[in-house]
Amino acid sequence: MKSIGFCIKKGLLYFLLIALGLTCLLPFLLMIVNATRSGNEIATSFTLIPGNSLKENWETVFDYFNLFQGMWNSVKVSVPATLLTSYFSALTAYALAMYKFKGSKVIFGTILVFMMIPGQLGLIGFYNLCTKLKLVNSYIPLIVPAIAAPGTVFFLRQYVLSALPKSLIEAARIDGANEIYSFHRIALPIMAPGVATMAIMAFIGNWNNYLTPMIILNKNSKFTLPVMMASLRASTDINANQGAIYLSVAISVIPILLVFAFFSKYIISSISAGAVKE
Amino acid sequence: MMKKRKGVKNYDNWGYLFVLPFVVVFLVFNIYPVLRTLYISFTNMKISEREAISFVALDNYIRVLTDKFFWNALWNTVRIWGLNIILQLGLAFLLMMVFSDVKYKMKGLAVFRIVYYLPNLIAATSIAFLFSTLLNWRYGTFNQIINEIFKLFGASYNPIDWINDASTAGLSISVIQTWMWFGNSFIMLMAGVQGISKDYFEAASIDGAGRWTIFGKITLPLLKPILLYVAITSLIGGLQLFDLPYLMINKTMSSYNSVQTVVMYMYKFGFETGTTQVGFASSIAYVLFAIICGVSIMQLKIFNRKED
Repeated sequence: MKSIGFCIKKGLLYFLLIALGLTCLLPFLLMIVNATRSGNEIATSFTLIPGNSLKENWETVFDYFNLFQGMWNSVKVSVPATLLTSYFSALTAYALAMYKFKGSKVIFGTILVFMMIPGQLGLIGFYNLCTKLKLVNSYIPLIVPAIAAPGTVFFLRQYVLSALPKSLIEAARIDGANEIYSFHRIALPIMAPGVATMAIMAFIGNWNNYLTPMIILNKNSKFTLPVMMASLRASTDINANQGAIYLSVAISVIPILLVFAFFSKYIISSISAGAVKE
Repeated sequence: MMKKRKGVKNYDNWGYLFVLPFVVVFLVFNIYPVLRTLYISFTNMKISEREAISFVALDNYIRVLTDKFFWNALWNTVRIWGLNIILQLGLAFLLMMVFSDVKYKMKGLAVFRIVYYLPNLIAATSIAFLFSTLLNWRYGTFNQIINEIFKLFGASYNPIDWINDASTAGLSISVIQTWMWFGNSFIMLMAGVQGISKDYFEAASIDGAGRWTIFGKITLPLLKPILLYVAITSLIGGLQLFDLPYLMINKTMSSYNSVQTVVMYMYKFGFETGTTQVGFASSIAYVLFAIICGVSIMQLKIFNRKED
């Protein structure tokens, strides 16, 4: 039914789409292959066939620093920060959507304004505050501020308004449930899909965050993974062996790829939600 | 209604308790730092308040606006961001057109979306290090690949020093930024298209409208709010460009002055030992903020005017 020209054009489009997909994957592929090759091999030629220098590269990397320590530090920051963001954003969003109280409009307005304010604006004041509170080299300034995440509150408030019928809470009140109980046992389970979506994005954001940990942390033993990766440049041993560079990048990338493998559906839907929320 | 009133009022007071943690933390870690930065920007503070600081009114701002290095950094940011945004939104837009085309009905959106989004997940530090190594002019894999392709055609390739050379460093960063972000823009645009009711498309094709008419008369106008959202969010993010150039280009490279961005310039005075002038750095942050506000308002105006 369709003409040959149509089929050729469609085939060409698929070809281009796949080529673009390969462009997205190629650097990662090269990274994994090169992580198994020696510095010399990498310097002289490229190939997609793995080499057999993985062990030497591994030793070069871990002689210089313990990437797993960095990973563990990142876990210690990202996991509590994500939990705090999820719980307190849900709580705040629920309050803003369900209760009418003085100042709720002001809070909501401020949230909207702060969603548009670039993150670097308060950076100097933030550091200034942390030095005054003697929080330099502590994880507190990386974790506690997660309690107030304006974007997440905004998203979850919309979610509550569309997914949680007020009558449900009112029915619970008639049955004598107190408000804290209602939030935890009725509202939170209904909000769970929205909270999960935001939690994954918060986790990725925290895990990849570089600028704030870099200014707050200056002890090697405290470095999170991105800060540790950035400090790689200072190591001559590692820079002398490109295989070691690729290996350390590969190790740093794997956890987030695992998260993505399991949660890609949530991640894509949260970006889509960001776009259609207007 | 009247009977219930007292009870309802009591319940509403729970709202205060529920928002309390958010409000306290927000005041301390969001609002205070922003105001504190504003205050510091009017002082001659160098490192911290232990020194005797004094109020210098608008001196820092005058210094920013007359500082040719600031303007250079702003020009670098705009140049890198400008190319990046054209490529990124252009590519996302083309992809959106392909996948929403009523005639071709392309399949596999779910898989393509995931693959295109993948680069956006990786920490900028890892991306920076990966590309610094891949783009190395002597040992880097990219130049090797290009060399092989040139050889295929019997030509010889003079390796380009992608990140060290002032003429290509900005370009390289724009392209890497595009690679990192086009999937994100594409997903947002696609979400917008999928939000448009199928009825419109069907009705239009029954009326005999061609695909370009459908695209121009239905898809595009209904997509406008999302285009605006994508444009503004990428503006806010783009003018804050820091991670990639900061990590890929260091001061010893000849390309440094052509890729130093505004936030890198601010960082230099805000945090780098030896050059710290916190008051000056704070005013850079506010000038950049003013520029971002100004451009956002312009974008809003342009988009709204088209609507009339």
